[in-house]
Amino acid sequence: MSVLPVLLLAVPLIGCLAVLGMRRAAVLVGVLTTGITFAIAVAIAFAVDYTRPGTHLVTDAPWIPPLGIRFHLGVDGVSVPLVVLTALLCFLSMIYVARREGTPERPHSFVSLVLLTEVGMLGTFTALDLLLFFVFFEVVLVPMYALIAGWGGAGRGPAARQFILYTLLGSGVLLVGLLVIYGHTSTLDMVELAGRDGAGMSRAVQVIAFVLVAGGLAVKVPMWPLHTWLPDAHSEAPTVGSVLLAGVLLKMGTYGLVRIAVPVLPEGALAVAPFLGAFGVIGIVYAALACLAQRDLKRLIAFSSVGHMGFVLLGIATLTPAGMNAALFANIAHGLITGLLFFLAGGMAERFGSTDMDRIGGGTLAVTPRLSVLLIIAAVASFGLPGLAGFWGEMLAMLAAFDPAAGLNRPLYLVFMVVAGLGALLTAAYFLVMLRRVVQGTSPRRQGVLDVTPVEYLAWAPLVVLVFVVGLWPGLVLVPTVDAVRFYLGGL
Amino acid sequence: MLALQPPPQAPIDAPQIEYSAILPVLILLGAACIGVLVEAFVSKASRWAAQVTLSLLAILGAGLAFVLYVTDSPERGLTTLYRTIAVDRPALFLWGTLLALGLGALLLIADRTVERGGAFVAQAGIRPGTVQDRAQMASGGMQTEVFPLTLFALSGMMIFCAANDLLTMFIALEVLSLPLYLMCGLARRRRLISQESAVKYFLLGAFASAFFLYGLALLYGYAGSVKLADIANAAAGSAASDTLLFGGFGLLVVGLMFKASVGPFHAWTPDVYQGSPTPITAFMAACTKVAAFGGILRVLTVGFESTSWEWRGVLWVVAVASMVIGAVLGLTQTDIKRMLAYSSIAHAGFLLVGALALRPEGLSGTLFYLLTYGFTTLAAFGAVSLVRDSNGEATHLSQWAGLAKRSPVLAWVFAFLLLAMAGIPLTSGFIGKFVVFSAGIQDGMAPLVVIALVASAVAAFFYLRVIVLMFFSDPAPDGPTVTVPGTFTTAAITLGVLVTLVLGLVPAFALDWAGTGTFAF
Repeated sequence: MSVLPVLLLAVPLIGCLAVLGMRRAAVLVGVLTTGITFAIAVAIAFAVDYTRPGTHLVTDAPWIPPLGIRFHLGVDGVSVPLVVLTALLCFLSMIYVARREGTPERPHSFVSLVLLTEVGMLGTFTALDLLLFFVFFEVVLVPMYALIAGWGGAGRGPAARQFILYTLLGSGVLLVGLLVIYGHTSTLDMVELAGRDGAGMSRAVQVIAFVLVAGGLAVKVPMWPLHTWLPDAHSEAPTVGSVLLAGVLLKMGTYGLVRIAVPVLPEGALAVAPFLGAFGVIGIVYAALACLAQRDLKRLIAFSSVGHMGFVLLGIATLTPAGMNAALFANIAHGLITGLLFFLAGGMAERFGSTDMDRIGGGTLAVTPRLSVLLIIAAVASFGLPGLAGFWGEMLAMLAAFDPAAGLNRPLYLVFMVVAGLGALLTAAYFLVMLRRVVQGTSPRRQGVLDVTPVEYLAWAPLVVLVFVVGLWPGLVLVPTVDAVRFYLGGL
Repeated sequence: MLALQPPPQAPIDAPQIEYSAILPVLILLGAACIGVLVEAFVSKASRWAAQVTLSLLAILGAGLAFVLYVTDSPERGLTTLYRTIAVDRPALFLWGTLLALGLGALLLIADRTVERGGAFVAQAGIRPGTVQDRAQMASGGMQTEVFPLTLFALSGMMIFCAANDLLTMFIALEVLSLPLYLMCGLARRRRLISQESAVKYFLLGAFASAFFLYGLALLYGYAGSVKLADIANAAAGSAASDTLLFGGFGLLVVGLMFKASVGPFHAWTPDVYQGSPTPITAFMAACTKVAAFGGILRVLTVGFESTSWEWRGVLWVVAVASMVIGAVLGLTQTDIKRMLAYSSIAHAGFLLVGALALRPEGLSGTLFYLLTYGFTTLAAFGAVSLVRDSNGEATHLSQWAGLAKRSPVLAWVFAFLLLAMAGIPLTSGFIGKFVVFSAGIQDGMAPLVVIALVASAVAAFFYLRVIVLMFFSDPAPDGPTVTVPGTFTTAAITLGVLVTLVLGLVPAFALDWAGTGTFAF
């Protein structure tokens, strides 16, 4: 019984309820709450002994005994990086909202919804009970829907509608998959299920369950061709919503694959993994081509997420420890970089009145040099320049595809690797095209546009620093995950 | 001389009656009869107070008798009155649910603060649109027969879900339906559409009763008995034609599905929900659904389980039709009461998934779902009755725009109830859906469950649309106001919201109770 994971969820929940009654102070309380939550997350990261197998800081209490649902929380090396990332991005988002010009209408509702989303996200990453995982997974949807529908851009109505329909359908399918697992094993304990290596389920059952679980999660990832909700939702959401969507929400899908689908249903994974890999690789190339055709900065970043998640899927689809580590690393890197990119796009929108690249008109390096340099750093990191965070995850994923798990078709994975490599080149291409159109050239107008403000530095600098730190010292993320993957996914 | 002597006859035994078991129903029926006398003998000025006191006392008394009986009821249940009434664990669970929901509905019916004089017409005989009609609208009077009618309907519902033979079930069906037909037509405002709904409900309901009765006759021809257990025995080993059995079963099911407003037998639901006075709609939506599904569960499980292979496919189709009709047509509605009506049709489809599972988990899951759905719906209609403009209730969706700015409390309450109906976690609706669907999966009905989940995602969308409308749209300048409710309505809504919240967070005790026993016969 440990109090830290409970506190991790309780603090933002209390903040979420407390904020409702406030007006002016709401944002301040939001910053404070997310700050405390981030401190707790860091404390958790230091409290865990990563060399010891098993889950740590476990809280386990019966919740609904007749259904076997338990309030079972805990962390290990697989989840700690994501927990810290989530808490960090929420904290930075709140700082960003706290700027005088950044305060949204109805700030108390806005802050409350963000905090509720944080509870759901952190819960998803710490739950060790299948149903509890699902509950938190669902808890995220409604506040995020409200954030898009209430504070989004001009096309927010259809975008929010598409988001909620897609993700609700996805979680419905996920629930059926979880019920199939429960029906055949009569336990909802993830750790125990992972330890059983699929015992008690025939191959056919495992394949069906894997298709259902992975299919439900793939909507969230999003995996091509289930990604069509993403560009609209990301580009219409308010800046903070986009940051959390891209930075954290997408990871809930891939985390679910690593935590539940692959270890609990090994035979199902073996049968379906090539499809995951194929869809992932198609996603990489498709997203790159789509990005080349984008005119809007936010849509471009949104589509690039589909591509990056393709690399994560490829890593998972190899079913090797190396691939899983690559996926987890790429998750974190993508969260940092794309979170930063969406912040910067939001900053651009505030300064130039639009995220349309033609409307921005190029030459921002002359007008807002600091903002532009940050954009360059983020873009370069995103296409995977060595030495920055984006490099390792994608390189390791391709490396893992070179040598997939026994029982998988190696030539097929070699093809995946080559196609993914081509996709990586295209990724570099569209980001460079974007930089040329936005940053370089001569600015048509606008002198005296405000450059990065101190509060913006405060919100963005941690991400920039981490992009460098994680890029130069990948062990920071890999050390905890490597052991955890070995312990948790021992059957690989 | 010899021919005139009567043949020797075995003496007729007086039936064994377990009075303590059926006391709750007897109290309600007795109070309803007294209520009729009150109408005749108490002066008009004091009738309302007398009726409200009598009805509340009756329900509380019945609840007390119920609790006293439940605490030491036999584990396996018992049958009484020549085995026509089975007081077993499912029946007791449904009785408890019905009494609690009935109390909530009665509070809504009795309220006179939301609309001056109550939601009911002062004198039902006045023709709509006349001078007298306008006078009655402004008057403070109310047709107080509503109270005994409610008690009659409630006791009919309780007998309906405990009826162990089809004839008793038919009588209970009529006892519960006839008062409802009447009460639908008693709205104070918009009386034409209220009366239209009453006529529609009556005509279609009469047809459905005829179906039920004809099915009963065929089954009697098949089994030589109207008892469910005898029909089950006959189906297991009879040489009689299966045509009678399945013909009878089909007709019977049509009658039952009509009452439970399962699509495609749902056509009356939107019109009647919209036209009836809102407290009556709440009563119908919550209690009738509980009673009807209680009857369906008993008929399917006790009478026809052995032949389930033959009819399950057909009911699959019915369940799918109900979910799809409810979810898809619900999307296109612009009136909040009609939207809730279509949502009730979709929920009927979800409930049918649990009823079709024909296993203990299915039974307990369906019972639990009924409990959660009943309270959520009751509170939702209670909330609907508070949003009003000068013409009475403002039920058009466009009038609900920006409601959160006018009345944040009501908007939050209603949003919470809608989330519960959508089955979002941490509300009772999620647990209800979970238990029903997991029972379906365990019984090998995965395709049906997948369809149900798709339908519930679609349905969730129209609930969320209302939430967005309330919170993020700008209110119309001439929009409705939110009436501050009196004690009665506040109590009813609070009851519904609390149950929805508690059953979402700690549902264990209710799930345990729902799963304690099976049908006795």
